[in-house]
Amino acid sequence: MEHHQSKSFPISHVIGFVVSLVLTFAAAGIALKTNLSFKVIMWIIGSLAVIQAGMQLFMFMHLREGEDGKTNLVNMIYAVFMVIVIVVGSIWVLTSGHAAH
Amino acid sequence: MSAKVDTSLPLEYQTEQDRMNILGFWVFLGAEIVLFATLFGVYGVLYERFAGGPTHKDIFVIKDVMIQTVLLLTSSFTMGIAIFEMRRHNLKGLITWLVITLALGAGFLFMEINEFIHYAHEGATMQTSAFLSSLFVLLGTHGAHVTLGIGWATMVIIQLLKRGLTPTTARKTFIIGLYWHFLDVVWIFIFTFVYLKGLVA
Repeated sequence: MEHHQSKSFPISHVIGFVVSLVLTFAAAGIALKTNLSFKVIMWIIGSLAVIQAGMQLFMFMHLREGEDGKTNLVNMIYAVFMVIVIVVGSIWVLTSGHAAH
Repeated sequence: MSAKVDTSLPLEYQTEQDRMNILGFWVFLGAEIVLFATLFGVYGVLYERFAGGPTHKDIFVIKDVMIQTVLLLTSSFTMGIAIFEMRRHNLKGLITWLVITLALGAGFLFMEINEFIHYAHEGATMQTSAFLSSLFVLLGTHGAHVTLGIGWATMVIIQLLKRGLTPTTARKTFIIGLYWHFLDVVWIFIFTFVYLKGLVA
């Protein structure tokens, strides 16, 4: 990073923490206290989880800092791509046959 | 590997060696993400294969899950504060926040072990059904990582006490910090795609 962190109050950490708590309880509330359909609920809470994970990466883990910041970002984007291939791919391949027959 | 030290950077980034170690750890985390992706994939395929055994709603206790989540989330925050203090060259603050982080992590583990005991008492063991096999492997792998993290961070704290803040100990602390935040990221997805998904009406 270009500058030393000498601030006396970790404001971005506090914001990250508060937002994480809000997202967590919002997800729980939507999943458990609403009558939306299963599909809609999963899309909403899945999105909230992705946002929260992104916050951890950028606000707590300093993903993009340092001279390797760009490499880290590409590394994580590739990891996310692998997650989608492995998780969505597995579920798709191993369950789609059952629905059709 | 050069001895060039760039003192304009935070301690953990000052030498080429330490920068490479941190980059290498990010690559390792990429591999860890793929490891957990395989476990989430298995769980996603098998999560309704109850084989006549208990279902999600029979065993999940939302209150305990929320406590676990808040414990781990808070520990991720306190770990962030620990690194923040490290960058202010405040060794005492760093160690204090690390110890708080580990106490929260231990609280999480305590809850998880109790949860497993509670499941076993309800007849929900790894052998009961495909759902429970995949559940225990996913949760157990995460819990094993937390256990390892507590042991690892304890050793880092001992080094900090013995050697103080140097580029090397700062880099080691920063890396255990990354690892700890990563475990919280994995938990966010367990919370969402295991517990909440299982409890949606």
